[in-house]
Formats: sequence, structure tokens, C-alpha cells
Amino acid sequence: MPYLSLTNIYKVFGTATAVENFNIQVEKGEFISFLGPSGCGKTTTLRMVAGFETPSQGQILVNGADITNKPPNQRNVGMVFQSYALFPNMNVADNIGFGLRVAKKPKEEISKRVEEMLNLIHMPAFAKRYPYQMSGGQQQRVALARALAIQPQVLLLDEPLSALDAKIRLELRTEIRAIQQKMGITTIYVTHDQEEALSLSDRVVVMSNGHIEQIGTPFEIYNFPQTPFVASFVGTLSVLEVVVSDAQKAEFTLDGQKFYGAKPLTYANQTLVKIALRPEIISLKTDNPDYNQVNAVVDTVTFLGSIVRIQVKLGSSRLFFDTFNNPHLVPPKQGDQVNLHFPREACLVLGTKN
Amino acid sequence: MKKSHIWSWFWMVIGVLYFVLPLVATFAFSLQAAGKNQLGFQAYSNVFNDPQFLQTFLFSVEMGVCTILVSLALVVPTAYWIRIRLPQLRVIIEFISMMPFVIPAIVLVFGLIRVFSGSPFHLTDSNFGTYVLLVAGYSVLAMPYMFRAVDNGLSAIDVRSLTEAAQSLGAGWFTILFKIIFPNLRVSLLSGSFLTLATVMGEFTIASFLVGIQAFGPYMSLIGQNKTYESSSLAIISFLLTWAMMGLIQLLSRGDTRSLTNAR
Repeated sequence: MPYLSLTNIYKVFGTATAVENFNIQVEKGEFISFLGPSGCGKTTTLRMVAGFETPSQGQILVNGADITNKPPNQRNVGMVFQSYALFPNMNVADNIGFGLRVAKKPKEEISKRVEEMLNLIHMPAFAKRYPYQMSGGQQQRVALARALAIQPQVLLLDEPLSALDAKIRLELRTEIRAIQQKMGITTIYVTHDQEEALSLSDRVVVMSNGHIEQIGTPFEIYNFPQTPFVASFVGTLSVLEVVVSDAQKAEFTLDGQKFYGAKPLTYANQTLVKIALRPEIISLKTDNPDYNQVNAVVDTVTFLGSIVRIQVKLGSSRLFFDTFNNPHLVPPKQGDQVNLHFPREACLVLGTKN
Repeated sequence: MKKSHIWSWFWMVIGVLYFVLPLVATFAFSLQAAGKNQLGFQAYSNVFNDPQFLQTFLFSVEMGVCTILVSLALVVPTAYWIRIRLPQLRVIIEFISMMPFVIPAIVLVFGLIRVFSGSPFHLTDSNFGTYVLLVAGYSVLAMPYMFRAVDNGLSAIDVRSLTEAAQSLGAGWFTILFKIIFPNLRVSLLSGSFLTLATVMGEFTIASFLVGIQAFGPYMSLIGQNKTYESSSLAIISFLLTWAMMGLIQLLSRGDTRSLTNAR
């Protein structure tokens, strides 16, 4: 039996549908990310789990209990906000102990738990500090400790790292995952940052326009996107317009060159379709005879530190691919003819043109 | 650059003179109670020795404190609720809060007496009822100051997130208001309260129609009509009281920051 389940959830604001037909079953201890662009309904869904919004239709169950219409203060659901939302009039210890004081726990238990939480977030010396005396990263750690102190059934994080700088974001991301795994707490994480979602989660829910596009492990989402939206939203892509020359053989033609997809196509022959290729899947050499091979002319070579990005021209189309940097690398030069290799399953068919 | 510097000093001096000169003149005049060429605090001692001064002063302070409590109880939850649940009503409430500036106090007090002195309320039949009416009238007059102070305070904190954070930690509305919202609005509530107290202390119209010479405002007015030097000394005293209140706001808000800094 799933620990958290959202069944047939709809949320309508006036005439606008923010979330439609949202279904997911989450196991205990699982880390789920809701990933999507702004306005896709991910935060609204999270807020419905927290109790700050009531679904227009549908049911939310936690550990078998229906919490759909329960007020937020009776749900035992911990929440971490983008803006930290620490109480400015309380120091760190009081912030962390707030939920326990509300629950009227004995003083000794509160101070013991606060100490445990401070150790968990590696901030034992910060108990007496006030929120304004800490950096954003420190404040967010305290907010996480405060949400965890009440031992919630579910932990909800609403874009918790968005307001932080890149280095802290990376650091805190690793820490959130480590704490979540240590405590084994069921977690929902809302983000528009695909790297965060892919690196943190057991499963990712990709959303657009209020509905679920795909649910899967980060590996599945990235490598086997099931909709054009997922393919284009997750990861970087080169999109090519090609002609289906033999649908049965999944054969495409571009600039007189033929290459193949993995599965037979449902499009009629001579249809113009869009296909996408991930930059890291294309290489200049291969030993695999089943790989597609196409000739292209190097257009630009861009050094990006750990990788070198090479853009090539294929007739009137352009695509780019990456190679890892190393001190002995001799990248091709502009105008060079190159032979590109990529596996058949790398061709992600996005649909017909327009 | 230098020329504009001189001009700014010039306008500043003009401004300061405009405010300070009448005050200095009033103060100088209040010192001449003992005779034209003798300066002294005779008028001040006359005022302080008048038992009615203390009585009316304390009465108005009491009414002021009651008004503050009523205003806080009305305005804080309203402003808070509008901010988190009904932001579309904010414009309307702001407009209503400005009404006391538009409707003269005389109209308000006549309205209050007309509605609440007759059946079924009969509020003016007893002292207590009259005081209730007085506090109600003062609360209306103080609304613009209190609402603005509270609303500014609320806009300085992320009310919605703080409320939701507290809710997710199990807190009910009472806990949220008294443990989160009120403490974080301390400075705003203090400034709203002192402005309310200052309004009540100097208010004449409502007080004179409802309680007459019992209140400080009508008492000051009476002294002004009958005793020349004492009225000037009263003006200086009430001015100093207002300044003391402003100073107290500053002191308390500074103390707030200092206590936080000490925790560093």
C-alpha cells in the first residue's frame, strides 16, 4: 500500500484549471520531485498536500488516512519554503522548537530534540542566533531542521534552493538528500531546476499546464522521455527537421543522408518530422557498427571548461555535441569535415513540424 | 554645487524657524505669569497644582489606553486577514480607514449620540455607557493612524509564508497571532498606539459633547479661554508629552535591535 497517494486531483481557480487529473502513489521514504516550468501546477499540488489549498476534486491519503479536507495545522506535514519563513522574533533554537512547543512537549524533550536537529544540520553553535544574523544557506538549513523537528509524516520542500547562490545550492542539495535518506522521510520536492530534480530524486514527476507529462526515475525521464515536452524540457537538445523516408524501418533523411531511429514510425512516408538528439550521445568515433553515421561540417568550437561543445552544419540544419576536455584533446577546427556517430535510440521523435 | 549647498541651508533654516519660533514664543510667554519683567515657572506650578489637571489627564490616559486596546483588537486581525485571505478588499478598507479625515468629528459625535443614546441602546444614560461611546468614537478617529501603522508593519514581513510555516508546525490562529504576528509588529503597534494616545489626549469635539470637562482636551480648551499664561504652559506641556511619546517609540524600537545584536 502506498504511503502517500494523490488520486484524481483537480484544482480550479475561477475559470482556470491549475491542476488536472493528478495521480501519484508514493512509497514510504521515497524522494519525489515535481519538475516543470512556472505555472505548471507543481506548487499548487504541493500546497494541496500541505493543506494550504483544497482540491476542487480528488483525494489525498497519507498512511491510509484521508487528509483531503484536514486543516494544515492538523496534518503533521513539514514544509520548507523558498523564502525560508523563519520567525524573525525567535532565535534558531526557538524556531526549531516552535512546533514542539505548540504540541506542548515537555521542556527537556524540546531542548534535546533541538540539539539533535542542530547537530543534524551541522550548526550546533547557532542556537542563540537570530535569522537576520545568518546567511541564506544557514537560514534554509534551520528551516529544514524546524520542519523535521516535529517528525512529520511527509516533508514538503517548495523550491528551497532557488534564492541561494550556485555553490551553496549544490552543497545544500547534497545535504538535503543525505538528511532525507538518514531519516527515511517521505519527501516531495518542487523545483523548476532539472539538475536538482534529477540528482536528488528517486522519481521525478514532470508537469506542464497542470497535468503530469511523465513519472519515472531520473534515468528514465532523461533517457526515455515519453512526450515531446519532457524531451525538450529535461536536458539540452538539438532539434532537427527530417523527412521520414521509410516509416517501417524508422529511416530518416536529412540533407541526402540517411539514419535510423529505434522503433518503426507511425508517420506516413515523406512526412516532415522533428527529432531531437542529446549533445552528449554524439561522438566522433565508435566501434559499434549499428550506430548511425552522418557527415557534417564544423561550424563553431566552444570551450566550456570540463567539456568542449562543437556545433556542426548538416545542410541547412545545425546541431551540437559535447566531448570531454582533456589536456591532449585536439578538437576539430571550423570548416573541418567530421563523421558523427550516434545510436539509433538516441533519435527522440518530437512529432510533426508544427 | 556650492551655491546649491547654501540654498539648502537657507531653506532648512527657514523651515526650522517656521516650526521653532512659535514654540519659543509660546514658551517665553508662559514664563511671564509672575509679571512682565519676571521670568518664572509660575504658570506651570499653577497648572500642576490644579487638581483638575491630573484628573482630566488621567481620565484621558485611561480612555486612550482603552481606545488603543479596542483599535488593536479591531485593526490587527482585520489588516492581517486582508493581507493573507482577501487582498482584493484592501483598497476598500484603506478607503474606509481614511474616512475620519473626511467626516468631521462633529458629524461623527452627533451621529453617535443620535443612534446610541435612544432606544434600544440608551448608552448615554450611564457613565459607563458614555465612556463606551467615547472610546468607540476615539477608535474611529484613530483608525487611519492605527491601520496605516499595522499595514506598513505587515508589509515589512512575509506574512503569508510565516503564517503557513506556523500552520504546518501545528499552530492555530490564536498562536499565530500572538506568537508570530504581534511580536513581529511590535514597533508598528507601538507607533500606532502612541499616535492613538496623542490623538485622544488632544481631542476636543467628541469629548466635549460626551463627557465635557472630564477629558483633557476640553480642559485645555477651558484653560485657554480663561487663563492666559496657563494655556501657553499647557500647550508646551502637551507638546513635550507628545515628543516624549515619540522618543519612547524610538527608544523601544532601538532597544529591540540592541537586544538582538547582543545575542550575536
